[in-house]
Amino acid sequence: MSITEILFWGLSALALFSAIMVVASKSPVHSILYLIVVFFAISGHYVLLNAQFLAIVNIIVYAGAIMVLFLFVVMLMNLNAESEPKKHRMMQFAGLISGGCLFLVIISAISDTQHASNMVQMSTGGDGLIKNLGKVLFKDYVLPFEISSVLFLSAMIGAVVIGKKESPPTPKGGDL
Amino acid sequence: MQALTNRIKHVDRRKMNFLERLYLVAIFKGMLITFSHIFKKRPTINYPEKKRPFSPVFRGLHILNRDEEGRENCTACGLCAVACPAEAITMEAAERQTGEENLYREEKYAAKYEINMLRCIFCGLCEEACPKDAIYLSETFAPADYQRKQFIYKKEELLIPHPIEDPEGYKKALGNKVKKETAN
Amino acid sequence: MLLAIDFALIIEKLVLIVIVVMASLLIAMYATYGERKIAAILQDRRGPNRAGPFGILQPVADGLKLFFKEEIIPDFSSKFLFILGPSLAMMTAIMTSAVVPWGGKVHLFDRDISLQIADVNVGILYVFAVVSMGVYGIMIGGWASNNKYSLMGALRAASQIISYELAMGISIIALLMVTGSLSLKEMVVQQQGSLWNICYQPLGFFIFLICAFAECNRAPFDLAEAESELIGGYHTEYSSMKLGFYLFSEYINMFISSVIMSTLYFGGYDIPFVNEALYDQNLMAILGVLVLMAKVICFIFFFMWVRWTIPRFRYDQLMNLGWRILIPLALFNMLVTGALVLLKQNNWHF
Repeated sequence: MSITEILFWGLSALALFSAIMVVASKSPVHSILYLIVVFFAISGHYVLLNAQFLAIVNIIVYAGAIMVLFLFVVMLMNLNAESEPKKHRMMQFAGLISGGCLFLVIISAISDTQHASNMVQMSTGGDGLIKNLGKVLFKDYVLPFEISSVLFLSAMIGAVVIGKKESPPTPKGGDL
Repeated sequence: MQALTNRIKHVDRRKMNFLERLYLVAIFKGMLITFSHIFKKRPTINYPEKKRPFSPVFRGLHILNRDEEGRENCTACGLCAVACPAEAITMEAAERQTGEENLYREEKYAAKYEINMLRCIFCGLCEEACPKDAIYLSETFAPADYQRKQFIYKKEELLIPHPIEDPEGYKKALGNKVKKETAN
Repeated sequence: MLLAIDFALIIEKLVLIVIVVMASLLIAMYATYGERKIAAILQDRRGPNRAGPFGILQPVADGLKLFFKEEIIPDFSSKFLFILGPSLAMMTAIMTSAVVPWGGKVHLFDRDISLQIADVNVGILYVFAVVSMGVYGIMIGGWASNNKYSLMGALRAASQIISYELAMGISIIALLMVTGSLSLKEMVVQQQGSLWNICYQPLGFFIFLICAFAECNRAPFDLAEAESELIGGYHTEYSSMKLGFYLFSEYINMFISSVIMSTLYFGGYDIPFVNEALYDQNLMAILGVLVLMAKVICFIFFFMWVRWTIPRFRYDQLMNLGWRILIPLALFNMLVTGALVLLKQNNWHF
């Protein structure tokens, strides 16, 4: 077993364990922390695929920004296990079935691809390096890329509009 | 209305112009001010190594004086205790026995003499009341301690060192008071 | 494959890691001393001068004191998270130093040893990623303390760091347009031959500098630990060496961000007005490290100088500065830089 393979299995185990713990842990804060670990494990996988840019961006954007906001909200609202509303038994059952379906779909989709055999592409695939990624994004996929950026812009403007609407003359000094 | 004093400072409430609103100029000025302090003289004195001279009227801890032969001046007359506004001084008198002439100057002496330094206000009235030049306020101050009873100074702590056996300590304890004595 | 590891390389890197971590710790230690001394000097005081000559043993005494303090873990707080907080803060602070090029190459034992732990081709992004992780240390610690003030401090720190990361990122994008590389080593090599990046990106540097202050939670942006309103902010409940870790990580962050600023904008280990290629390689490498350290010390002094000059921002002022001023300014800077870079590629023809 080579080092990359060991790393691959280690990261996979970590990712799976943390992902299960995200769902299983009672406290929302713990869930978020496990989710962060999941993102790290996935970033590790990206590195194994020689996609360093993706790995780093995954950490910056997901683990570094989005998860901070999640944590922020959870901490601010002080969500605890006790305050969590009791879910209906049927709801839990429905969730289990739909989640299981998704899992099956993904498994079948992955098993069909030919990449399933070589999971680790240490220093072979160059698509993840910034230079190649940039060229691909800005040459072959310019239109989708720009459309997605417009989407983000509209989302941002929407957020500003929503944020502006309800506040009469802004009071000096926030709550924090 | 006419101003009572000429110390009014008028606040400039004009709208700030663009350069002022950037605050960068103000910040830069502030930075220069703090930087200029690097080259200023520091007023702090490194205390235990360097000591500031006391003012000539400084009143510190009390000392019980001896004369040149090392005999105690105090006769336990109690005038200092009477003069003390804080009632910090207590004493007990005793009669001098034969053979003790080299210890006490006069027939009566203070067998016990205590000053409570926590009550004492260091006003110096005891020093003024004393007819025998026996009590002085020296140039040392009371050190900190953990217990209250440590602040009740006994005769052993108050007595000045023996001028013959320990002339240096005597001189040091006497300090500037010598001049005062000779000046009278 | 497991056996085909270059053991010499591993030893070399391990030694380098130990040296870098030790050096960061040492510099952070003496930054605390420097802070107190500079504060004193700027305020016409004397500062610590009892422990050792000129008080240079003061940081050792402080560290010892912290070690011997009682450890207190508050009731009702998550013990694991409470300990994880300062550890994360310290870890992320030190991790940043991995991609910094400390100097050129040293020729030792028949090997060219590069004075950089890892020349990742996404270097600057790595720094960003680690810095954005740093906020977890503060958030987790503040939350696990189970104290309102700690939580306030933690939330403030989080929102502050997220806000200023944006402006910082955009100002870096402008720099990347100039350099065309994400690798810190590559940037230094480029600056060795020509002008420092500060000449091309003065506005970008200015924005980066302000954001660096905010990211390090340094005054005037130290709202997360604003003593006058939040007691101690996120480390209110901490004692002993866990508190020490938080305080220490702040200084390490300051050191690392000084290093990053020197590397990005002031030529890193480049010795000004000297052509390194003409002289002995080893000598130049060592001199380069010293020059980098000199630049870093200037920055650290600047950090402290600002701290003891400018009062703390109010929370809404902080957010205004971040979102309404710095981000538009950074965007403008990016736009202008992009236009100029394009023009230059077209040989100044429209």
